[in-house]
Amino acid sequence: MPAETSLPTNIEAANEEGLARSKAARAALADVKTEPGAAKPDPILRADGIVRQFGGLRAVDVDHVEVQRGVITALIGPNGAGKTTFFNLLTGFDRPDEGEWWFNDKKLNRVPAYKVARMGMVRTFQLTKVLARLTVLENMRLGATGQRGESLLSAMFQPRWAGQEAANTERAHNLLARFLLDKKVQDFAGSLSGGQRKLLEMARALMTEPELVMLDEPMAGVNPALKQSLLGHVKSLRDEGRTVLFVEHDMDMVRDISDWVIVMAQGRIVAEGPPDSVMADQRVIDAYLGAHHDVALTFEEEEKILAAAEAEIEEEQND
Amino acid sequence: MHVRLLRVSLLILPMLFMLLLGTGLSGASASPSADDTAASDAPPVASDNAETGCQLTKPPDDETLSIYGLICDRRESPRVPVPDVTVLVKDASGNEIGRSVSGPDGSFVIDLPGEPISYLGKTYAVSVDKATLPEDTEPEKTDLKIAINTDTDQPVIFPVGAAGPGAEGKLIQAIQLTITGLVFSVLLAMASLGLSMIFGTTGLTNFAHGELITFGALVAFAVDNLDGEIRVGGANVTIIVGVLAAFLVSGLFGWVNDAGLWRPLRRRGSSLVAMMIVSIGLSIFLRNVYQYFAGAQARNYSQYAAIEPWEFGSLTVTSRDVVVFVVGMGVLILTTSLLRYTRLGKATRAVADNPALSSATGINVERVISIVWIGGAALAGMAGALLGVTQGFDYQIGFKLLLLVFAATVLGGLGTIWGAIVGAFVIGLFTELTTLFIPAEFKYVGALLVLIVVLLIRPQGLLGRAERVG
Amino acid sequence: MDFHNLLTLSLQQALGPTAVIYALAAIGLNVHFGYTGLLNFGQAGFMMVAGYGMVFVATEWGLSLWLGTLVGLVLTVILALLLGLPTLRLRADYLAIVTIAAAEIVRQTIGAAKFSDKFGGQDGLTGFIQPFRDANPFSGTKGIPGVVTWSAFDFWVMTVGWLLVALSCVVVWLLMRSPWGRVLKSIREDEDAVRSLGKNVTSYKMQALIIGGLFGALAGFMTALRSASIGPSFFATDVTFFAYTVLLIGGAARVLGPVVGSIIFWFLISALGIFFSQATSGTDPLIPASIMDSTQASLMRFIFLGLGLMLLMIFRPQGIFGDRRELAIDAR
Ligand SMILES: Nc1ncnc2c1ncn2[C@@H]1O[C@H](COP(=O)(O)OP(=O)(O)OP(=O)(O)O)[C@@H](O)[C@H]1O
Ligand SMILES: [Mg+2]
Repeated sequence: MPAETSLPTNIEAANEEGLARSKAARAALADVKTEPGAAKPDPILRADGIVRQFGGLRAVDVDHVEVQRGVITALIGPNGAGKTTFFNLLTGFDRPDEGEWWFNDKKLNRVPAYKVARMGMVRTFQLTKVLARLTVLENMRLGATGQRGESLLSAMFQPRWAGQEAANTERAHNLLARFLLDKKVQDFAGSLSGGQRKLLEMARALMTEPELVMLDEPMAGVNPALKQSLLGHVKSLRDEGRTVLFVEHDMDMVRDISDWVIVMAQGRIVAEGPPDSVMADQRVIDAYLGAHHDVALTFEEEEKILAAAEAEIEEEQND
Repeated sequence: MHVRLLRVSLLILPMLFMLLLGTGLSGASASPSADDTAASDAPPVASDNAETGCQLTKPPDDETLSIYGLICDRRESPRVPVPDVTVLVKDASGNEIGRSVSGPDGSFVIDLPGEPISYLGKTYAVSVDKATLPEDTEPEKTDLKIAINTDTDQPVIFPVGAAGPGAEGKLIQAIQLTITGLVFSVLLAMASLGLSMIFGTTGLTNFAHGELITFGALVAFAVDNLDGEIRVGGANVTIIVGVLAAFLVSGLFGWVNDAGLWRPLRRRGSSLVAMMIVSIGLSIFLRNVYQYFAGAQARNYSQYAAIEPWEFGSLTVTSRDVVVFVVGMGVLILTTSLLRYTRLGKATRAVADNPALSSATGINVERVISIVWIGGAALAGMAGALLGVTQGFDYQIGFKLLLLVFAATVLGGLGTIWGAIVGAFVIGLFTELTTLFIPAEFKYVGALLVLIVVLLIRPQGLLGRAERVG
Repeated sequence: MDFHNLLTLSLQQALGPTAVIYALAAIGLNVHFGYTGLLNFGQAGFMMVAGYGMVFVATEWGLSLWLGTLVGLVLTVILALLLGLPTLRLRADYLAIVTIAAAEIVRQTIGAAKFSDKFGGQDGLTGFIQPFRDANPFSGTKGIPGVVTWSAFDFWVMTVGWLLVALSCVVVWLLMRSPWGRVLKSIREDEDAVRSLGKNVTSYKMQALIIGGLFGALAGFMTALRSASIGPSFFATDVTFFAYTVLLIGGAARVLGPVVGSIIFWFLISALGIFFSQATSGTDPLIPASIMDSTQASLMRFIFLGLGLMLLMIFRPQGIFGDRRELAIDAR
C-alpha cells in the first residue's frame, strides 16, 4: 500500500481518530444536495461521464457521481441496473467506452485492476470468487500486501519471509474470528457454504487494508442473525476510518447502516440522498417497480413482491 | 443402474463400430499393391508411375528388406528418368544405414542389412543428395519419412521439377494458387464449422475433431473397397456413394461420441479443461485404432486417376477440384441457411449464445447439442472424404489438419458460425498464397503466425465477443 | 510368454533415460498446469528450442556443451517471453491452441529444408556427444544383474538425469510452499480474485511460464544427450500429450507427481508393448495373426494409452495417489 494513505494498522489506537474523522465526514453530508451527481465535500472517488455499451444496451451511463470519504454509501437499484458493471469499470476489471474517474484525485483511466487494488480500492464480487482448493487460511494470507515471499527471488529462502508470514497469519486469525470463520481455518475454501464464502471474501478483502472497500451484495445468502453482526463489522470499518461502498438489495440493511444512498436504474443514477429521504422518493419507487403503478408501495410491500419474484425464478431454475 | 449400463454400452459402441469398419479396411491393407506410395509427412502426389516413361519396378522378393524407388523428371511428358543421383537411408537417430545411386532407368534399390523384423515399427528417412542432381533441377521433396510396418519392400518416389518458379508469371501462379486455396478453404470451413458449433453449444475444445475428419475419409475408403463398383445408369458412382456414406456414418459417429462420452461427462459436471484432456486421450485412441485397421500408408480412392485437367492457357483446373468446390460450397450454404432460417437452427444459435437462458425459455438444450454433434461430425467426415478425393489420405489426415482447423476457428472467434467460415477462408487462402513468396514448407507456419498475431490484437478472435467478469 | 523378460525390460524403461526426460517435462507442466492452471500444450517447443540451442552451439561453433546449455536456457526464456506476451491474456482454451501452434511453428521452422545447413532439416544434428561420453565415469553394464541392467552410457545419462529431477523437485517444493507459490495456486483457482487483491497476475503467469519452460529445457537437453542426436521428430505434439498423461497419472500439483507418473507411465507402456509383441510373435502366437499382426501389436500400447488418459481424467483426475479431499471440491 502506498505510504501516503496513512491508514491505521493498529485498530484499537486508531479507533479514536477514525471515529472522529468519520463523524465529521457524516456530518458534512448533511449539507449535500439530494440530487443525482451531487458534489461531496471530501470525495474519495469521483466519476465523470462513464458509459459502457454492450451491443445495443447501454449498461452504464453515469454523468457524474462522487463518493464521500469516511462514510458508508449504498448503491441500490433493480436487477440489471448496471451496478456490477459500474463496479467492474471503476475497479479496472472492464473498460468504459467513455468517461474518466479518479480515486484520491488520481486518474484511473487505463490503470489495470491490480494497481487499482494496490492504491487501496478493493472490491468483492457478486458471484463469490473464493480460491476453492486453498485453505481458508491460505485465502486470507493471499490478501496481505507487500509480501516479500511473493517475489521469485526471495521465495526460495524461507527466513526472508517467515516473520512476515507469521504476522499475516496472526492478522488473518483475528479477522476470521470476527467473521465467525475461525473453526474453518484449515478447511478448503471450496467446502464452505455460500454465505460463508461471502464472509471469507469480505475478510480477505480486508486483509489488504483497503482505504475504500467496495462490496457487491455482501449480505446475499447470509443468515439474519449473522447479518446483524456483519452490519456491526461494516460499521466498525467506517469507524476505523475506511470508506465503504456497497451494493445491496436488502433495504433494511441499507436503511440501517448506510449514511448515503445512490440509486441506479437502467445504467443511470436516478436519485441520491440519505436513506430515509431516498426511499420515499417517487423516482426510486418507479425505478424499482416500473412506472405503471400509481399507488406508492411501502418498502415492506415492495420487498414481498421482490421476494415472490425471486422465488419464482428459483423455482424455474430448479425445474 | 440402468443408466449406467446404457452408458457403458454406449462407450463400447464406437469400438464395435470401428471393428466393423476395420473389417472393411483390413482386407485392403492385407493386399500390398504396387500403387502404394510411401507414407510421408506431406500429402502425397498423384501416382507418378501411372504414366509411361518412368516405371517403378519391384526388386526381387528376397529375404532382405529393401527400399526401392524412382527419380523422375516431371517437366517432361512422358517423364524421363534421372540417373546418377545418390539416395540415402537413415534411421531415427540420423545414422546412415544404406545408400544407392539411381541407374539409367532412374530406379534405385537400397537393401537394408540384417533381419527385416528388426526394422518393424521404426521410421526411416530417405533422402536424395541434392548435390548429385542435375544443375537446373530441384527435387519437390528431398526427404521422405517412411514407417516400416510390414516386411515387404518399401517403394518411394522422388519427383523432380524445375528449379524456381521459372518463366511462369506470378499472376498465373497466384490465380492457380487461389483456386487450390479456395478448394482447400471450403473443406477447412466444413471441418471448422463442426468444431465451432460443438464448442459454441458445449464449451468443449475437442482435440479429437481431427479424428472425425479422418473417420469420414476412412468410411469413404471402406465403401471404395467393397467388391465391384456401384453403378447408376452405367456411370461409376462409387466415390459419390462413398462421400455420402461418409457424411451419414460420420453423423452417426458424432452422435455416438456425444451420447457415449460427452453427455455423461456434462452430466457429471466435468470441467471444460478436464474434457479437453479427455478429448486428447480420445484423439490418441482413435488415431491408433485407425492405424490398426487402415495401416500407415498414404492411400487414394480407386476411382481417382484418369482426370484430364482443363487447360486455360497455362492455368490448369481439374474437374475434380471444381466438383469438390461446388459440393463443399453447396453444403456450407445449406448448413448456414439451415442455421439461419429453421427453428432448429435458431435454437442452435440461441444455445450457442447462452445455454442457461435458452433452457429457461424452453429449448431442449441436450437435444440441440445432440443435433449439433451429428451435424458437426457429418460435416467434418464429409470434409475428410472430399479431402481424400483431392489429395489422398492416411490415418492421421485429420490430426495433421487439426491445427489449421483450430487456427480457423480461433481466428474467427471460437463458437461463432460465421467466424469459423471466415477464419477458414483466411487460413485456407493464406496457406496457399504465401507460397508465392516463401517456400511451401513454411505455409503452415505462416498461417499459425497469423493466428497468433490476430489474437494479440483481438484476443476473442475476429468475430468473437469479450466475456463478462464478476 | 516370458514374464521375467517383460518385467526386466519394463523396469529398465521405467527407470531409464526416457522416464527421466518425461519426468522433467512433466515437472515443467506441473508448474504450468498443476500449480498455475496454464494449459501449455507447447512443452515440446520449449524442449526443442533448448535442445537445439545446446547442440547448435557445439556443432556449429564447436564450443562446449556447458555453454550450449546456457544458450539453451536463455533461448527458452526468450521463447517463454515471446509466447507469453500474446497468450497469457487468453482464456484457457485459446491458450491451449496457441501454445500447440507455437510449438508446431518452432518444429516446422527448425526442421525446414531451407535451414538444413544449420539445423540439419528432418535429419537433425549429431556429432556433439563426445565430451559427454568422455565424462562418463561408468563402464560395462550397470544395475542389478539378473534383475535390471543398463549400458554404461544409459546409466550415465540416468545418473545425470535423475540428479536433475531431484534438484528440480527440491526447487519446486521450495517455491510452492512459499507465498509466491500461493499466488500461483490462487491464479489457478480464480485469477480475477487474485487481481482484485492487488497482485500482478500477468507477471506471475509469465514467471510460471518461464520456470516451467526451464524444466522443459532440461528435458530437451536430456533428449539430445540420450540419443546422441537431435531431430524434429523427437518433439512432435504427442510428446506434450504424453507428458500431460505422465503428470495426470502421478497427480497434478504435487511435487513428486511427475516423477511417480513417469515411472508408472513408462513401465506400463513398455510392458504393454512387450506383451503384445510377444503375444503376436513366434510360430504359434497367443493372438492369431489374422486378428493382430506385429505392426498392429505395436499400436496396442498407444490405444491403451489413449483409453487410459480418458479414464484417468474421468474417474481419477487427481491422479492415482491423489487426495480425495481435493476431489470433493470440484477438481473434476
Ligand atoms: N459482458 C456483458 N455482455 C453483455 N451484456 C452484459 C454484460 N455484462 C452485463 N451485461 C448487461 O448489462 C446490464 C447490467 O448488468 P449488471 O450485472 O451490471 O446489473 P446489476 O445492477 O449488477 O444487477 P443485479 O442487481 O442483478 O446484480 C444487464 O442487462 C446485463 O445483462
Ligand atoms: Mg450485480
